[in-house]
Amino acid sequence: MAESEKKAPALHVAGLKKTYQKKGSPVTEALKGVDLTIESGEFFALLGPNGAGKTSLIGILAGLVAKSAGTVEVNGISIDTDPDTAKSFIGLVPQEFNFSIFEKVEDIVMDQAGYYGISRAEARPVCDQLLKDLGLWEKRQAKAQSLSGGMKRRLLIARALIHKPSILLLDEPTAGVDVELRRGMWEFLQKLSGSGVTIILTTHYLEEAEQLAKRVAIITKGQIIEQGTVKELLSKLNYVTLILDTKEPVKDAALHLLEDMGVKRIDEMTLEFNLSPGQTVNDAIRRFASTGIDIMNVRNAGSRLEEIFMNVIEKHK
Amino acid sequence: MHSPALIGYYTMVRKDVFRIFRIWTQTLLPPVITNVLYFTIFGTFIGSQLQEINGHSYMQFIVPGLVMMTIITSAYMNTVSTFYFAKFIKNIEELLVSPMPSWVIVAGFVTGGVVRSFLVGTLVILTSLFFTHIVVANVLIIFAAAFLTSFLFSLAGLVNGFFANSFDAISIIPTFVLTPLTYLGGVFYSIEALPPFFKTLSLLNPILYMVNAFRYGFLGFSDVPIDVCFYVLGGLTVLFFGITLALFIKGTGFKN
Ligand SMILES: Nc1ncnc2c1ncn2[C@@H]1O[C@H](COP(=O)(O)OP(=O)(O)OP(=O)(O)O)[C@@H](O)[C@H]1O
Ligand SMILES: [Mg+2]
Repeated sequence: MAESEKKAPALHVAGLKKTYQKKGSPVTEALKGVDLTIESGEFFALLGPNGAGKTSLIGILAGLVAKSAGTVEVNGISIDTDPDTAKSFIGLVPQEFNFSIFEKVEDIVMDQAGYYGISRAEARPVCDQLLKDLGLWEKRQAKAQSLSGGMKRRLLIARALIHKPSILLLDEPTAGVDVELRRGMWEFLQKLSGSGVTIILTTHYLEEAEQLAKRVAIITKGQIIEQGTVKELLSKLNYVTLILDTKEPVKDAALHLLEDMGVKRIDEMTLEFNLSPGQTVNDAIRRFASTGIDIMNVRNAGSRLEEIFMNVIEKHK
Repeated sequence: MHSPALIGYYTMVRKDVFRIFRIWTQTLLPPVITNVLYFTIFGTFIGSQLQEINGHSYMQFIVPGLVMMTIITSAYMNTVSTFYFAKFIKNIEELLVSPMPSWVIVAGFVTGGVVRSFLVGTLVILTSLFFTHIVVANVLIIFAAAFLTSFLFSLAGLVNGFFANSFDAISIIPTFVLTPLTYLGGVFYSIEALPPFFKTLSLLNPILYMVNAFRYGFLGFSDVPIDVCFYVLGGLTVLFFGITLALFIKGTGFKN
């Protein structure tokens, strides 16, 4: 490939709409014109509250949900003109368990290989390796119903990777997984990302998006309302919120002097304010000191991304 | 190296055939028991008092019809239940996310139905040997009629599976449509014996042509011309394949 020839993005979505219409129930506009481009090799997180349209979007990409309008290209292949090729690039880890609990763990993975056109002989070593990497080796002969919730999640991941997809879609993969296991899963995904697989993950856990993804999009009510690198989002919407515990009750007069900083009183001895762009914590503390307020303690008001997230969602209510 | 579509197809069929054998008490045994009852009651108890039909005992006359009835039900029940359950527990998505072409997936389901029909059909024919001896006029016609009929009803069961959204919905058509049509499709009698009105009415029943084609393969005679039987059977199969494929591609009943 010539240097100038740019590789097609892993995913290119334009004007994507989805309306659910069921007899007897109101029409739901789950996606209202989504535009999204994800480059090959990216680790991308899609953040959004319940009902935002994440699963609908993932479902369309994977070929499970029929779109109402718009275009989707997977590695440059349109899902309308060549859906089968487009599907072959993708591995899907769905939000809900969708394997038969009466089947054996390794059968679930091996049969999926067959559906992707991979012979059993070829799939065997890949299957074994995945089951080992995901801590399911001991359970390979067990029926899926005997797995714990976390194991079932990992089975979904093993099944999604059996055909070595170049794009992995994960719909809330760490829902119901304990902290230790979640970290293990993160490590696994980071390693996978390091090997060049494009990863797109939806999540409610902002920490997860912040930890893993280079780029994040926030989706709510069927629309992407913010997207960019985690850094960009943080600087664009500077919401470093600090909480200060004071030594003595704060006088109204002192607070008045700090009006330009947007300081709010939470209770007698607790203040909250947003650090503005370019302002350092030192600057801020000096200002407080100059008005006679003694600071005992400074705390961060929570995950930064969480703050952005809540603010942005709030604005779009 | 096999083509990916072929491997996908093989995987589907392998899985379904294993399932058919694993739960043989639900898939293979019941029709054998039912037919033993039919053979005993209609063939032995009642049949012994009846006249021969075209030189064959009543028992010999009903065996092909009963086997065909079994083939129809087994094919239909296999696809309607496998598809409905796959939809219900959502593992149909394992197929839907894969790059298998739609027609291959449809063929995979249908093959399961055909295999089960042939297994059950063979068992019932073997069972009938305890009651009568079997004559064979044309093996090719026997196989062609059995294959097309099981193919057709596997397709029909699949379509039922697309639309079914409750456990009850998978037995409505077999109970209210297939069983009556089969009973009235010349399994137990020759339509020659019917009054003209009922004879004409019977000719509108597609199952009549299947039963007669199959019986022709054994006994060498049919109430309706054998070529007409195959036109009806072939035409319906092509029509249903088109309908099933179109519905599957659209995802009617199982895709949002
Ligand atoms: N099959 C369906 N039929 C009708 N409406 C649906 C269907 N699936 C989803 N919806 C609606 O579409 C909207 C988006 O749902 P979706 O599942 O895509 O959201 P989500 O972001 O994945 O939510 P969650 O975080 O809870 O998983 C919701 O209002 C939902 O009720
Ligand atoms: Mg969801």
